[in-house]
Amino acid sequence: MTKDEVFSEVRDIIADVLEQPDLKLDAGTRADDVDGWDSFNHINIVVAVESRFKIKINTAEIEELRNVGELVDLVERKVNKSKSS
Amino acid sequence: MRVLDMLWLSPPPANLSTELRALAAAPTPPWSDLVRLANTRLDFVQTNRLDKALARASTEAAAGGAWRSLNLAVLGSSTVDHLLPALRVAALRRNLHVRTLVGDYGMYRQSIQDPDSALWAFRPDVLLLAFDATHLFGRHDPGLGAAEAEALLDSVTGRITALWEQARARMTGQIIQQTVLPVFHTLIGSNEHRLPGSVATLVSRLNRRLVEAAAQSGVDILDLDAAVLRDGLAAWHDPVLWHRGKQEISPLATPAYGDLVMRLVAAQQGRSAKCLVLDLDNTLWGGVIGDDGLEGLRLGQGSALGEAYVAFQSHVRALAQRGVILAVCSKNDLENARSPFEKHPDMVLKLDDIACFVANWNDKAANIRQIAERLNIGIDALVFVDDNPFERNIVRRELPSVCVPEMPEDPALYAQCLADAGYFEALRLTQEDLERGGQYRANLAREDLRASHTDLEGYLKSLAMELRWQPFDRLGLQRVVQLINKTNQFNLTTRRYTENDVLAIMHTPGALTLQLRLLDAFGDNGIIGIVIGKPEGPVIRLDTWLMSCRVLGRQVEEATMNLVAAEAVRLGATRLLGEYLPTKKNGMVRDHYRNLGFAEIEAREDGATVWSLDLTQFRPFDTFIRLTRSDT
Repeated sequence: MTKDEVFSEVRDIIADVLEQPDLKLDAGTRADDVDGWDSFNHINIVVAVESRFKIKINTAEIEELRNVGELVDLVERKVNKSKSS
Repeated sequence: MRVLDMLWLSPPPANLSTELRALAAAPTPPWSDLVRLANTRLDFVQTNRLDKALARASTEAAAGGAWRSLNLAVLGSSTVDHLLPALRVAALRRNLHVRTLVGDYGMYRQSIQDPDSALWAFRPDVLLLAFDATHLFGRHDPGLGAAEAEALLDSVTGRITALWEQARARMTGQIIQQTVLPVFHTLIGSNEHRLPGSVATLVSRLNRRLVEAAAQSGVDILDLDAAVLRDGLAAWHDPVLWHRGKQEISPLATPAYGDLVMRLVAAQQGRSAKCLVLDLDNTLWGGVIGDDGLEGLRLGQGSALGEAYVAFQSHVRALAQRGVILAVCSKNDLENARSPFEKHPDMVLKLDDIACFVANWNDKAANIRQIAERLNIGIDALVFVDDNPFERNIVRRELPSVCVPEMPEDPALYAQCLADAGYFEALRLTQEDLERGGQYRANLAREDLRASHTDLEGYLKSLAMELRWQPFDRLGLQRVVQLINKTNQFNLTTRRYTENDVLAIMHTPGALTLQLRLLDAFGDNGIIGIVIGKPEGPVIRLDTWLMSCRVLGRQVEEATMNLVAAEAVRLGATRLLGEYLPTKKNGMVRDHYRNLGFAEIEAREDGATVWSLDLTQFRPFDTFIRLTRSDT
């Protein structure tokens, strides 16, 4: 999966969870920048992403995520690693 | 196949996202659309989105559309807010409107004890209590002795039952106690029970005690253990999320959690399904009885597939024995459909188990409606199981309130799927439940009797029957030949003919050939009768007279006789001759010609009889059947 594909799917998941179909996101977007992206929805986003990509994001990784770009990087790394292994 | 995959629900529509968006934008989303989507397989994000649309539905729309509005309060020792959307959507799935209240985090005891709390101002109809193991036992030393562990269990059980009593003093509705999730790891292993102070041991013992105490106190148990046993703890509980937000139930499992809770609520409201309506071919046995015959069915007899159908039947039978009513709805000739029940040695289900047996060629939605009427239960109390997606969809479309589970491809999973769906959730069983199947059958038998003695005429009249007939033709030839060669019971002579034989008869001058189709208020019964008469001077000898057994008792024989006589007269005959040639299977028509006014003129040793009717003296029978010729 390319990074662009991952970004597009992650964006759709976030838009679905936050119920904002036209949500505009870029790599630098932080949770604080987006209406409704609170700690409750943050968990939902992480769980939905895990479920969609069949990956597990561990506790420390969740703590370290600062913006959408880092989430996309992390997902892309895990998806392509699990595919090659 | 995990409980939390909810495979019994049909997949959501392809345009789900668009639909959800439209509903979320609508000022007041239509209630029936919300219910329809709630009955599809939604993941937790989709469930939350539907819940947002549901929140926009006006109270009036809900009150007008929903069967009932209920107040549900959830009190927990950890985070339960994320469970609410799934609870509301699971209620919606059952056409219930649920308002929810969550107690303050960890303040459940105060909420229950304080008469002025928000909880009691809310006036809950249902109170759901969810306590986690860490809260109940987390800080205890596993080195406790047996007596201390016992005392600890007594104290925890006592605290919980005291809460039930305090709540009971302030509410009349339903109290649901969730069993404690076994999230603690074993410290010594398989023989963990030998370490009385281990939390794993304490939790498993507490759950047993709660189940017993709940039975005493009229509290209903939400047995999460059972789902966790099926799916594995990891599917329901994610330690990462527990540490992060104290969510004991993973968001992924919330749709299934909501469904498990709302089953209990629906059961308390008398909304559980009561009757299981079963298809036959490839549902109760492998193969098609009409094509494969009794010997060709895959059922029992040591094959894995055959055993799978036996296992499904056993599950169904056990449901019947505990009070679920069984009905059959099959596209089949009735006699074919019944034959495995009567003759197949590996059938677990017997005719006696079936309270209402419908096998015909009408559409299944119409038949299911009739089953509900005959059993005198609501259409929403029915579950319809059919392996055929076409039939499932037609019933879902025509009768949206009937529960129609998706069925797995493999019959080995039928029972699991039906059990997982939880349609028949019950809270307590009475002797009456255990005897119900028998009662329904008796009622039906009585009803049949009443119908046949008091108002047969009214019934026949209401059927608006039409016997549509024509001589044999090329178009119907195949069906005519097929009937001639397969009809055994209502068949006076059992003469078998090939297509060429029938063509020859068709071309004989003065021959009488009739194919009869019966239509009634419920639809077209197809070709149900064939008559062949061969001319012998002024006499027509009735060579063949056969009919489908499923139209007997409806004056079809008499109406056909009127037609045969009229046509024979038209062909110039003054006398009809009829024959009865006995076989092992056609005893039912031994007196056919006598009943129609023929005189017996010959009785042979082998039981064959010959009958004669003087057409100049024949007076047509009165019937409620309209005769029409279809080819003119």
